[in-house]
Amino acid sequence: MSVPRYWRETKYRYRLIGQMCAQCGSVMFPRSGVCSPCGSVDLEEVKLAETGHVVTWTVVRNPPAGYMEYAPYLVALVELDDGVRVLSQLVDIEPIKMKTGMRVEAAFRRVKVDGNSGIIEYGYKFRPLIE
Amino acid sequence: MRLSRDVAVVGGGMTRFHHRIHAERTSRELFVEAALEAKCSVDNGFDLKDVEALFVGNFSSDAFEGQSHTAALMADWVGITPVAASRIEDACASSGVAVNLAAMAIASGAYDVVMVGGVEKMRGLTTEGVTDTLAMAADAVYEVGAGFTFPGLYAALASAHFAEYGSSWEQLAAIAIKNHHNGSLNPKAHFQREVMDIASSLGERNQMSFGDELEFLRSSLNPYIAYPLRLFDCCPISDGASVLILAAGERVREFTDSPVYIRGIGQASDAMALHDRESLTSLRATRLASDQAYKIAGVQADDIDVADVHDCFTIAELMATEDLGFFPKGEGGRAAVEGRTGLDGEISVNPDGGLKAKGHPVGATGAAMAYEIFKQLRGEAGRHQVAGAEIGLAHNVGASGATVSVQVYGR
Repeated sequence: MSVPRYWRETKYRYRLIGQMCAQCGSVMFPRSGVCSPCGSVDLEEVKLAETGHVVTWTVVRNPPAGYMEYAPYLVALVELDDGVRVLSQLVDIEPIKMKTGMRVEAAFRRVKVDGNSGIIEYGYKFRPLIE
Repeated sequence: MRLSRDVAVVGGGMTRFHHRIHAERTSRELFVEAALEAKCSVDNGFDLKDVEALFVGNFSSDAFEGQSHTAALMADWVGITPVAASRIEDACASSGVAVNLAAMAIASGAYDVVMVGGVEKMRGLTTEGVTDTLAMAADAVYEVGAGFTFPGLYAALASAHFAEYGSSWEQLAAIAIKNHHNGSLNPKAHFQREVMDIASSLGERNQMSFGDELEFLRSSLNPYIAYPLRLFDCCPISDGASVLILAAGERVREFTDSPVYIRGIGQASDAMALHDRESLTSLRATRLASDQAYKIAGVQADDIDVADVHDCFTIAELMATEDLGFFPKGEGGRAAVEGRTGLDGEISVNPDGGLKAKGHPVGATGAAMAYEIFKQLRGEAGRHQVAGAEIGLAHNVGASGATVSVQVYGR
């Protein structure tokens, strides 16, 4: 990904920002140009919940380019407390301790080093929530 | 949706799906081999000059071989220029969709005789290169960007299915064992060995021995790829091509007295990324595409005798047998363990070995499924023939379920 393109995306990668439809109230992530439930284009940005629970998960042992340094690592589908679902890496936990339904919170982390542009990409990952 | 004219398969061919034997060959050579077999398979003879249009399913000759504009290239190499030649790209469902579009092109009245096929030459890249190329079929930003791979996405679906229905890895293993058995009977399959046969030779090499398949599949010789999926839950990386010749109902008898009709077709899409799916234990696009195809064909799921379903991972076959309506939701795994999907089961699933054993050159897979059903319904499938098969189904999935195509075939 090019440096300018990544910078344009930082707001959404650094903080969990989705969109809310002003017509039907649906909250979506990631943002797009159209509300998929009702078709409205009257959309506004909204800060998503930073805590949620693990819906399903796995351990990636053969990672895509740029993620080799983390392998093997956990990835999960997280349902935030406002009902929005996000795919993310999980950190600060061993695979053996993983449980579906586990409570997690968003954390700001280094995601990868882009080999082509040399840019270090940061963004959200999730870690166990200590309540 | 409906088909306004009858459409039949009158010929079919495919290369063996494999990596090593095709090491020195390119897409065009693979496609020509499949096309010539298809031509020669037409009972009353076939002149390639009768082809009016070509549809080619291909996922990524661009990334795999540095070659785009694939359909015109294939038309050129098969010697059928100047016919209309179009490439269809829908990830791993590319040629399943191509078959549907070819059927529609004939049903519409635009053409009477169409060649449709698929091709993929994957093994020019390393395994890492193939993994990264396949990952292009997922959401590059929100799935791959979150660290997911294809095995990772299907593993997440497996974990969700296990949690919701209590299905298990042992049930997935039964699917792998069954598909390897079927592959051992299919001379076109990538792997033509039973799991136990592989266990013996791998065990010997590693000074290990195994009493049965499960003992081997639980061992370190079957490593995890993405929990709960292990190596034997994943299809191999293969090269290959597949080609069919379709004809309009009115013209069929010129070519054969034993046509196989495309009775119904269906196609649907779904959210690309798993975070936008309504379900993680069922592919909505499979349900919608098969409902369309059953309705057009005037059949129900339990009328199907033989089905080629998309088993890029064992969990995908388990879910497909439920979503296509062969078994109630949550019972696909048990049905596999009980042998109900075996060659002599109540519905034979992947008698050719499936993607698991037959191989998965992604763009060639959908048309190769159609080829298998063509052979099955004509009683020409050889050692993996399903006795008395009269109604068949092909089910081709793109990526983790964002595209699905289905055809129902009958005599």
